[in-house]
Amino acid sequence: MSFDYQKDEQGIVTITMDMPNRSTNVVNMEFLDSLQATVERLVEEDPKGIIITSAKKTFLAGGDIEILYRFKEPIAAFSFAEVAKGQVRRLETLGKPIVAAINGTCLGGGLELALSCHHRICVDNPKTKLGLPEVTLGLLPGGGGVTRIVRLLGLEKAFPILIEGKNMNPQKALETGIIHELSNPEDLIKKAKKWILDNPESSQPWDQKGYKIPGGNPQKLAPKLAFAPAMLQAKTWGNYPAPEAIMSAAVEGALVDFDTASRIESRYFAQVVTSKEAKNMMKAFWFQMNQISGGENRPKDIPPTEVKKVGILGSGMMGHGIAAVSAMAGMEVVMTDADEKTVEAGLANIKDILKKRDHNIIATTDYNKLKGCDLIIEAVFEDRELKGKVTEMAEKVMEITGIFASNTSTLPITSLAEKSSRPENFIGLHFFSPVHKMKLVEIIKGKKTSASTLAKAFDYVLKIGKVPIVVNDSRGFYTSRVFGTYPEEGMALLEEGQNPRAIESAGKQAGMPVGPLALMDEVSLSLLKKVRLQTQKDLGRELPKAPGDSVFELMMSMNRPGKASGAGFYEYPDKEKKYLWPELQKHFPEKNRLSQTEMMERMMFVQALETVRCLEESVVTSIADANIGSVFGWGFAPFKGGTLQFINDYGLRSFVKRAYELEKKYGARFKPPKGLVVMAEKDQAF
Amino acid sequence: MKEAYIFDAIRTPRGKRKGGSLHEVTPSFLLGQLMQKLEKRHELDTSQIDDVVLGCVTPIGEQGANLPKMAAQYAGWNVDVPAMQVNRFCATGLETVNMAAMKVRSGWEDLVVAGGVECMSRVPMGSDGGPMAFDPKTNFKIPFVPQGIGADLIATLEGFNRQEIDNFALMSQQRATYATENKYFKSLIPIEDQNGILILDHDEHIRKEATLEDLQGLKPSFHKMGQMGMDAVTLQRYTEVERINHVHTPGNSSGIVDGAALVLVGSKEKGKELGLKPRARIVSTALVGTDPIIMLVGPGPASKKALKKAGMTVKDIDLFEVNEAFAAVVLRFLKDMGIDSLDNVNVNGGSIAMGHPLGATGAMLLGTVLDELERRDLRTALITLCVGGGMGIATIIEREDS
Repeated sequence: MSFDYQKDEQGIVTITMDMPNRSTNVVNMEFLDSLQATVERLVEEDPKGIIITSAKKTFLAGGDIEILYRFKEPIAAFSFAEVAKGQVRRLETLGKPIVAAINGTCLGGGLELALSCHHRICVDNPKTKLGLPEVTLGLLPGGGGVTRIVRLLGLEKAFPILIEGKNMNPQKALETGIIHELSNPEDLIKKAKKWILDNPESSQPWDQKGYKIPGGNPQKLAPKLAFAPAMLQAKTWGNYPAPEAIMSAAVEGALVDFDTASRIESRYFAQVVTSKEAKNMMKAFWFQMNQISGGENRPKDIPPTEVKKVGILGSGMMGHGIAAVSAMAGMEVVMTDADEKTVEAGLANIKDILKKRDHNIIATTDYNKLKGCDLIIEAVFEDRELKGKVTEMAEKVMEITGIFASNTSTLPITSLAEKSSRPENFIGLHFFSPVHKMKLVEIIKGKKTSASTLAKAFDYVLKIGKVPIVVNDSRGFYTSRVFGTYPEEGMALLEEGQNPRAIESAGKQAGMPVGPLALMDEVSLSLLKKVRLQTQKDLGRELPKAPGDSVFELMMSMNRPGKASGAGFYEYPDKEKKYLWPELQKHFPEKNRLSQTEMMERMMFVQALETVRCLEESVVTSIADANIGSVFGWGFAPFKGGTLQFINDYGLRSFVKRAYELEKKYGARFKPPKGLVVMAEKDQAF
Repeated sequence: MKEAYIFDAIRTPRGKRKGGSLHEVTPSFLLGQLMQKLEKRHELDTSQIDDVVLGCVTPIGEQGANLPKMAAQYAGWNVDVPAMQVNRFCATGLETVNMAAMKVRSGWEDLVVAGGVECMSRVPMGSDGGPMAFDPKTNFKIPFVPQGIGADLIATLEGFNRQEIDNFALMSQQRATYATENKYFKSLIPIEDQNGILILDHDEHIRKEATLEDLQGLKPSFHKMGQMGMDAVTLQRYTEVERINHVHTPGNSSGIVDGAALVLVGSKEKGKELGLKPRARIVSTALVGTDPIIMLVGPGPASKKALKKAGMTVKDIDLFEVNEAFAAVVLRFLKDMGIDSLDNVNVNGGSIAMGHPLGATGAMLLGTVLDELERRDLRTALITLCVGGGMGIATIIEREDS
């Protein structure tokens, strides 16, 4: 039994959810059994009122993703939802006051249970989270969440809560109208009992006579509702079934009675929970994310470490960003730069990011202030000489046991470590810009990097609230190497005479956050040139000609390297939206028009194939790292669950077959690696 | 002259209004799914469809804004296919078939989808208002009297008593039950949700346990309306009538239900080209107007007109399908036509048992009778409906030798 049942002398029953052998309560089969037994007992005993609370730190975390992930047949998912909701509905319509005493975080199925209670009181702890985040895993709140939020708040207010899936703190939840009352932890149950005694007979607003949906029914909202799907699709390009299903369930549900609405919700739940998109998203953002944060790639035998004082060399875009997130995690931070003016500017930027939060940051030009740092991260220009110099300078003053990290995005760590007096303490920490928003950090092991250095870097990344993936040293590491193939394929398509707007659209249709040419403009061709020159220098030979090279050369010769210079593939007029440079098609006249699907597949396949090569070359060593790295590093189509999951989604056999076709038409970059071919033959998957 | 052929006629089950299974289904989804199933049954290249002409009698809200075109897009039919929505009240579903036949016989179009939809549990009958509600001067002039009063007036004038009316209703239930149990409704396509989970596969308005006692216990539906001036307005025009005998009840009137139907109509050449086998030829069609107060006496004159057009007589028709809007309508039709037995009329029951989804019914009746012609291996059928506003419609079909 997962629920404790206590009846007090006043006849009020308190149900305390406390699932054995788990740190949180979740909705699974065991939970449903307990719920059913409890409902039976409540119906029989006819108490004065009911309080639902939890013995855990959190109230109820939501549906058990393990179960949801396993649903293959819609009918099973439909029945699961209907059975669960049937029980809850019986309680809701018992005629007895029911209070949710929300003692901690209450998400998804947890909030859905609370919404079925007549009164909701929540502890006033800003760290407590409430919300319906199902959509972020490609799911729909199928436990009555859609039906009740719509009836509680009306369609217009319900949409963002259901469709964006953002969590809120109790204060915000109170303002939104999701909960009725706040309480300190000690008075929670007392307040619940008082409400029950004050409201001996109670029901939900929607079960009362004369109830109308707040803000009007769909008929009244028709003119506005006709725009809602377009506003959604403008963002999703139709790639996400879940938000569309949520919107449909909400509007269709608002047209009918509660029980019919609830059944419609179950049908959409069954539809999305069995969709490929939901499986991809659950796999990546739940299971693989948990693998990563659970330390799958952290050396097991090193005890937990803690960075207390961190030094940041360089106060530019990356430097001040890293300083800011470190300070936010409560670390002491020393940020240096070559001159006062620059370092002050960096500090001003940090204050913008931190807003009014307290911090402990020293901005200085004096390297002696780095004394006592157990981690130093350099974020100076991508220049070997400079990086070598600051490494030597910093190592002289920092803790001898401390570790030194380079935030390079391209230079091999092993070669940078040559300048270090303690190469075993040298590691790569590749942050993404803007640092305070991008969740990924790519940790790069040099040849000599020790396990304890890796463990320390890993713990640091988790402490600043980021997602660490661990990769081996190689040119461009994992993310830069694979990411680069996307804009390069875009340039190749342009070179072949594809319509530039169609290329950009294909990128977005495929699920990338921006088109390949727009992305190239962000990165800038000058950076690409710099990286290429450095690579040639390091290798001591010319790089072979690559598809898209003529585009690269032309754009450079026309002095259009990208957004920072105000001219690239796009024009950047003042105060107006950028638009594609009209001359592009003059230089690359349209011919042999390809279908959007063909272009989409080319741009996605190059990324997926390069990821497989990284895996085969042990640049990345885990599937989770490859997938999560691709989504959080460069925004690879989240509904595909990452570059390797993309291949699973496509089907390995079909993928290999298609890759061979593309290789034949467009060249060796589409050749499926041997290992992949073998996997496909054995019907394996990533 | 080209001939117009029926290649197929399919329909959804009819869902009842209160607690009905189709209540949760939107009209676009219901119609769209039926379209998808029609396409699948024939591996139909939808780009070959010249027009989609579908009925809906309350085309507002979710049934509004040219629902047929939206449903065709939702179904994934070729974007080249145009569509329109038609309203001739209760005749609509059959009207679209007749229009399709005219389009094909004119030679200007070769393949047309007809039929209709009405989700009466979702968009209530009459919720579109109309001049009778919003324009009293029009109402004064017509004048407006609800259909049920007209049906009761027919019974009064013809001397149909409650017993006869209820007997007819009981027969509708029994025949529909028998036909359902013996799977006679070949044109019925089950409706599933988006996951393929079955929602409804039978006409759920049928009351197979119905008895005469049950029926006779029901209260008249239109007595109260009669008291609200409707009887008086009627009697001011029917001056020889002492009082209206309100015999119609929910038990002997058509059921209020949700449903949709589609009929694929085209030329023989087009059928050959697409591999579609003609099941029947549309022989003739007819429309008439009648007095709008008694309103529902159109089936007789419309049928006579259609027979005349076809050069046929009552004896040439094997099966009659008369919409059971109200029991008195069918009984009056028999009298008008000189038909003295119900042996070949509504042989599998009708709208009293199964319901009358206004925009779709005509097409449903056509599919039902065509199934029955094939089952009995008979040749000809006449389908007719009474129509609001005082109209009547009829269509004669003849099976095509294969």
